[in-house]
Amino acid sequence: MNYSKVDRNMFERVLLYILFIGLTLTTLTPFLWMLTTSFKEYREVFIYPPRLLPSHFTTEAYRKIFTFIPFARQFLNSVIVTSLVLIGQLICCSLAGYSFARLEFPGRDIIFLLYLGTLMIPGYVTLIPTYILVRFLGWINTLYALFVPGLFGGAFGTFLLRQFFLTIPKELEDAAKIDGCGYFRIYSTIMLPQITPALATLGVFTFMGSWNDFFWPLVVINSEDKKTITVGIATLTRGFHATDWTALMAGATLSVLPVIIVFLFAQKYFTEGIVLTGIKG
Amino acid sequence: MIGILVFVLGPVIAGLLLSFTQWDILSSPRWISIGNYKELLHDTLFWTGLKNTAYYVLLTVPAGMVVSLLLAILVNVPLRGVNFFRSTYFLPVVTSTVAISIVWKWLYNPEFGILNFILNLIGLPSKQWLSDPKLAMPCIAIMSIWHGMGYDMVIFLAGLKGIPTQLYEAAKIDGGSRTQMFLWITLPLLTPTLFFVLVMSVISSFQVFGEIYVMTNGGPGNATLTYNYFLYQNAFLWFKMGYAASLGYVLFLIIFLLTLMQVKFLGGRVSYELL
Repeated sequence: MNYSKVDRNMFERVLLYILFIGLTLTTLTPFLWMLTTSFKEYREVFIYPPRLLPSHFTTEAYRKIFTFIPFARQFLNSVIVTSLVLIGQLICCSLAGYSFARLEFPGRDIIFLLYLGTLMIPGYVTLIPTYILVRFLGWINTLYALFVPGLFGGAFGTFLLRQFFLTIPKELEDAAKIDGCGYFRIYSTIMLPQITPALATLGVFTFMGSWNDFFWPLVVINSEDKKTITVGIATLTRGFHATDWTALMAGATLSVLPVIIVFLFAQKYFTEGIVLTGIKG
Repeated sequence: MIGILVFVLGPVIAGLLLSFTQWDILSSPRWISIGNYKELLHDTLFWTGLKNTAYYVLLTVPAGMVVSLLLAILVNVPLRGVNFFRSTYFLPVVTSTVAISIVWKWLYNPEFGILNFILNLIGLPSKQWLSDPKLAMPCIAIMSIWHGMGYDMVIFLAGLKGIPTQLYEAAKIDGGSRTQMFLWITLPLLTPTLFFVLVMSVISSFQVFGEIYVMTNGGPGNATLTYNYFLYQNAFLWFKMGYAASLGYVLFLIIFLLTLMQVKFLGGRVSYELL
């Protein structure tokens, strides 16, 4: 609530800070616990009472995780899939968004509505048929199955960018047209630079969604060296090493590191994106 | 465009057709008309999955909304450093369900986990957490609330910022207390946001899967067997593709009807404008 004019006394301030810090501890402790456990010796986690900091600091768990699963390969798979999906989304969504915002062609608005309608179709309805299609194409257990379905841009991103394109003054384009610019040049040299914040927003969400994706990669991949890192560490919890907590924590730490780094640098785009669209990531 | 057609609209129709067949992928599909839907009604696991999912939704959505609204109100207080705190509350949102499920499974560990350690510190006996059929689902729900609260907090925060400050100033002149201001200004003007968050949360929490896969595998017993986990088992462990497709459609129907009910019964009470 906005009580900016209300005088706040010292006592109230202190109380608020205590509350803030308490809540921060609640959200950060699991991450902290993950991090410190990952530097403990294998046996130390089975000592009761538990201690936050490792008594012998060791990177043993990080070395082990590379032998339990093809960690480097899986990490690379995640990087490849996420990058391709990211590039594909940015190109396709911006092209489609621009067309829907500016180009005039018959049936444009109906097509746009149909496009938006796909947003309402949940993933689990199309899951089985998409799986069968991918199987039919012979892509099961290949990286193609992971990135191709995400490549073409979705309704969400198209909608987001279209809204941004609509806010750009038309005069800007008209001037370019008079100077003899074609649609593609207008799009690439005039319009795109105008919507970089929107592209960044779409980018961070695509990155996060693709990196953290679990269900789809779980079902289309079955060999260890084709898995993404998110699936890789999930399968680790079910296998022979399910109770090697230090290694599990090391794997979890490394797998969340990229998204946390991106979050630290691009925080503003995460929150702006949520406010703009309200769609769950 | 073509991509969307191939990967969305095509599958929607194919899925409907598939749901009327019996198919194990290897042999060719056999048309059994509404056989799958009939089987589903008599499948006790289907009902277990549905019941457990409904329980999960009831545990996470209302509590999650209250927590995130309180967080939003809190981080809306103009105070030095509030941006830093806001970021820390949002941090769990960006991390994967898989990773945080692994971490929380360790926190919930009955022998060496930190949660039992804390319980023991304050003199309470240890709990079995995820191994206790009664506690397993609430445990997962608590983790999910922790995971998602930052997200709804940001939406609520945007809603709060949209409320004109003059209203609070006027109320203050009239001698309104904070509780009164909250009840008569904040809540009514926040109804569109509340409604939106409710609808979206119900839809997304109906699809809980990763948490179950990593933390409990549907157990103990079938205490945490959720709808989507059951769908996953049917399709990718037992290769009952036709049956799984019908499960997908039924879930779609359930969520669609629930959303429609919310719009019908609550939508009318949402005030979109200032008086």
